Amino acid sequence: MSTAYSWTWKRPSVIPGFGVTFGFALTYLSLIVLIPLAALIVRSTSLGWAEFWHLAFDPRTLAALRVSFVTALIAAVINSVFGLVLAWVLVRYRFPGKRLIDSMIDLPFALPTAVAGIALSTLYAPNAWVGGLLAPYDIKIAYTPVGIVVALIFIGLPFAVRTVEPVLADLDKELEEAAATLGARRLQTVLRVVLPQLVPAILTGFALALARGIGEYGSVVFIAGNIPFVSEIAPLLIVIRLEEFNYGAATAVAALMLMISFAMLLTINLIQAWSRRRFGHAV
Amino acid sequence: MRKQFDRYPALHGVSLDIRSGELIALLGPSGSGKTTLLRLIAGLEWPTTGSIFFGGDDASGMDVQERNVGFVFQSYALFKHMTVADNIGFGLRVRPRSSRPPTAEIRRRASALLDLVQLSGLENRFPAQLSGGQRQRVALARALAIEPRVLLLDEPFGALDAKVRRELRQWLRELHDKTGHTTVFVTHDQEEALELADRVVVMSQGRIEQVGTPDEIYDRPNSPFVFSFIGEASELPVTVANGRVSIDGQAIDLGAAGAADGPARLLMRPNGIDVVDERPGTIAGDVVAVRRSGGWRRVELLIGAGRHRVEVELPIDGAQALSERLHILPRHWQLYPSEAS
Repeated sequence: MSTAYSWTWKRPSVIPGFGVTFGFALTYLSLIVLIPLAALIVRSTSLGWAEFWHLAFDPRTLAALRVSFVTALIAAVINSVFGLVLAWVLVRYRFPGKRLIDSMIDLPFALPTAVAGIALSTLYAPNAWVGGLLAPYDIKIAYTPVGIVVALIFIGLPFAVRTVEPVLADLDKELEEAAATLGARRLQTVLRVVLPQLVPAILTGFALALARGIGEYGSVVFIAGNIPFVSEIAPLLIVIRLEEFNYGAATAVAALMLMISFAMLLTINLIQAWSRRRFGHAV
Repeated sequence: MRKQFDRYPALHGVSLDIRSGELIALLGPSGSGKTTLLRLIAGLEWPTTGSIFFGGDDASGMDVQERNVGFVFQSYALFKHMTVADNIGFGLRVRPRSSRPPTAEIRRRASALLDLVQLSGLENRFPAQLSGGQRQRVALARALAIEPRVLLLDEPFGALDAKVRRELRQWLRELHDKTGHTTVFVTHDQEEALELADRVVVMSQGRIEQVGTPDEIYDRPNSPFVFSFIGEASELPVTVANGRVSIDGQAIDLGAAGAADGPARLLMRPNGIDVVDERPGTIAGDVVAVRRSGGWRRVELLIGAGRHRVEVELPIDGAQALSERLHILPRHWQLYPSEAS
């Protein structure tokens, strides 16, 4: 409200150690994240604009980027919906085997992604168990973008469940009781009272699953079929360019991926900050 | 309205009639089952056996949604992501399309209710931007919006500071007189219950101890528990024989006609005891402490061979020289037979 005092780095606070902790955070972030990424940008700028442009907007690159981002988005949306359902079941009900299912949620984290990819492709290939069931209906999963989505759903599920679970568990039961006494049916209570409170957590899970999906390589390459222009993902294209010793092209694709990812994550973050305020969480 | 229960783990054979338009308090220590009883009326819990009637209708089989009760939670349970107006209008907006008022009408009703609870102009605030007392009143307005058959308040003033509490108490009484809703509120504060309610239900350990007007409860408590819960109390073990009360074999000038013979408990309040001149039939005690308490002086006496502690409240300007030994005679007292041990 008042703009009388001049702008400073930080507001006065009784919590000591801002200088030390902020300095450490910045140094650490630089070493782990910023410097490697900056090197990437520097490397790609050494290409020169024209060549960068040419490499980045190569039709094959664009197709790979589109496959990567579209499949990651679809998978993140699906994970957010079903992750919410899973979290709901795990938090709200008591049933035999609950602990078992709870620990199974984290398996995609622990499993080497290549193992997941091979397992999924042997399951969904046209001559395999699930794939064989779908083959008569002319539905192909493995070796198509659909297969990529399946792999990314597998990989991203823990994010969607684990971010929502604690928030759901901490929800005030009285809010739902209050809605019920006011005449709200169960579905109305869930849609109007419960879900709005979960929005920030769902967004966090969505962002994490999305980021993981965009960068995923190991599991996807086994199930995707890797057909250029159809089911070739951007990370794979980078590896292909590296194997051709075409480092310039590899960095160009990487830099482009980085920029798009950053823009998307920043947007989600801003939406989240807005929803936190909107839905009454402390900022 | 009539409700009956039998045997609920937290409530044992409770039966209570609440008259239409009444303001009734459920009073008891924590764990006495008063909140459970309130939640049973609301339909948030189900009785193991027994039934609940609203007027002539058996409500036992009804869902919370159908019961049409206004419930105000101790923590208010306001929807944080909705404005004050949306909170109040919630109960109307979730109605089925056929009985749902138009949006403008909901908006108008919310404003009217805000006027009623004296929060005009706060429609677009979020609950986080309100003080505790304001949130309490928004919660009340939200409950009133659905035109409930009965208004249920769980510890309505529990989370507020003493001054706001006192103001809201008076305000709630006025609001009740104005709107005429049948209202049940839960409290552990006897002062609040006695001041606010038409009738008080004293509960303990899942049972109703006594139901009555504040005067009945305060002046004629039917058990030692009610006597000591409702206000300060001192107790003396006495013996009753032929309608005469005696302590340590010394007769006391109290008419106890009709009281059963045998050992009994004499209960009295600090402000219901007179200091008298020494004469037969009074109780003598040694003064062990004199304290100033507001506009009164508190004298602590030890009485009889058992050294029983009795507190007496005396006016500050009563120029009685406080000797070391005082003689007292209770003005208001109750006799209860000792439980056979």
